[in-house]
Amino acid sequence: MDKNYMKLEFLSKSSNESFARVVVASFASQLDPTLEELSDIKTAVSEAVTNAIIHGYEYGDGMITVEASINRNEIEISITDEGKGIEDIKQAMEPFYTSKPDLDRSGMGFTVMETFMDDLIVESHKDKGTIVTMKKKINTSIDKE
Amino acid sequence: MSYTIDTEKNNLIVHFYGELDHHISEKARLKIDMKYKESSLKNIILDLTQLSLMDSSGIGLIMGRYKNATENKGKLAIVSSNVYVDKLIRMSGLLKIIEVYKNIDDALETLEG
Repeated sequence: MDKNYMKLEFLSKSSNESFARVVVASFASQLDPTLEELSDIKTAVSEAVTNAIIHGYEYGDGMITVEASINRNEIEISITDEGKGIEDIKQAMEPFYTSKPDLDRSGMGFTVMETFMDDLIVESHKDKGTIVTMKKKINTSIDKE
Repeated sequence: MSYTIDTEKNNLIVHFYGELDHHISEKARLKIDMKYKESSLKNIILDLTQLSLMDSSGIGLIMGRYKNATENKGKLAIVSSNVYVDKLIRMSGLLKIIEVYKNIDDALETLEG
C-alpha cells in the first residue's frame, strides 16, 4: 500500500461524531480491513472525538482536527482539539474514571481506544489542547500484498 | 430514526437502530427517563440487536438506566446479538450486574416470571 494522508476539520458539535467516523472508516477501507477492524477504528475515533467535544471544549464551539495516514499496512489516526487540556492524563486514562459522572459518562473512553487500537499516545497541555494519536495494523492486507 | 420506545405489560422497551454514540445517547437518555417516570412502569429493556456500532456513551446510558430501574425496584435487561456491541459490553463489566438476552421474548419471559 502506498503512503496516503488525509486531514479533516470540523466544529465541535456532537452531530459531527458520526461524520468523523464515516470519513476515517472510508479512508481506512483502502487497507481492506475486516468488519471487526473497521468497527474497532470507528469506535476508537468516536471516543476521541466525543472527548474533544465534552471535555476539550466542554460543549462550547471549537475546531477538531482529524488526521489519518496510511503507511504499509498500518493506519495512524490523530484527533486534535485546542480546548482546555487534561491536567492529569494518568488519572483520565484510568478505567472508569470520569470527571463528569452526572452526565452518565462511563469513563471507558481511553480504555476502549487502548483496547481497540494497537497503540495510543495522549499529549495534552492545560489551556492549549489535546492530541490523541492511535495506530492500528490491518493484518489482512499483509497477505494480499 | 435512532430509537423507538414501546411498552409491554410492566416493561419499557427501547429499540435502538444504527449507531449509538454520544450524540444519540444524550437525547435518548432524557426521553427514556421521561417515559419511564410518567409511565410508572417497573422494568426497562434495552434492545441493542439492531445496532451496528456502540461506543462507551452507550455503556454510560445503560449504567444510568440500570441505576434508575434499580432505585425503582425494577430490573434492567439488555437484548443483544451483535458481536461488536457484545465486545464493548463484556469489556465494561456490565455482565456482572445486568442480564443479556438473545431476544426480546426471552427477556420478557424472565422479567415477568
